[in-house]
Amino acid sequence: MIDPRTFHVWSSITFVAAVAVAGEVLIAAGVRELGDLDTIRERSGILGAVRAVLTSGKFVMGAFFMALNFFAMLFALSIAELSLAAPAIASFTYIGNAIAAKLFLGERVDHRRWLATGFMAVGVVLLTR
Amino acid sequence: MKHALRPSQYAVLIAIMLTASVGDSLLSRGMGQVGHVDLHHLGLLWHALFNPFVDAGIVLLIGFFACYTTALSWADLTFVMPATAFGYVVIALLGRFWLHEQMSLSRWAGIFLIVCAVGFVAGGPSKTEHPELDQMDAGAGR
Repeated sequence: MIDPRTFHVWSSITFVAAVAVAGEVLIAAGVRELGDLDTIRERSGILGAVRAVLTSGKFVMGAFFMALNFFAMLFALSIAELSLAAPAIASFTYIGNAIAAKLFLGERVDHRRWLATGFMAVGVVLLTR
Repeated sequence: MKHALRPSQYAVLIAIMLTASVGDSLLSRGMGQVGHVDLHHLGLLWHALFNPFVDAGIVLLIGFFACYTTALSWADLTFVMPATAFGYVVIALLGRFWLHEQMSLSRWAGIFLIVCAVGFVAGGPSKTEHPELDQMDAGAGR
């Protein structure tokens, strides 16, 4: 049987990663609909770019998830060691993002990007050893 | 079409690498000072906002968020992701050459894998073609 503390730690890590994936995909979908923010900034100024971003429903939802991710991350770091939580969350988030980007954003995730995702996920784990 | 990046766009990717890694480190140090937070003491999360390391971390992470949002407007999520991973390499190299920390073989292996990941992605197109959306972008830019 799984130790309750281990279960608690891994549940927190999985939750933080899932919230991060939801947030990043929603933000990417929102700004993708707006177009190049550099172009918008050149045309309407920095305030115009900020206004465009903040009036995107998907972006605002994504920002909400990222804020939730921030506090969930603080919580996770208080119950799990940084050397475990940070790479585990990063690895799960990279893999989750690649899957979600293909499914929900229609990105062309070719073998090169899958390989890069796998390398990143393993790489951040190795970095903490 | 291969979406080539402008120098200013590379600068945004570098800012993503630096602000995310340094911001996370500052947050970690700040939360270490704040102490253990559990479901019965969630008020400590509010208390954490008055820690200078947490505050500095928040400022850098806001900068990261602005750069990240900008990057996602002209590049795929799976293209921008390696830039965030490269931040871990920056931290490890700072530890090795600035703080003179010992680097294990597995850390060097991790750095090698992440550098390879950046190379794989950087060698390909930065953005997936979406003809309908790209037409809308062109219209908006007029």
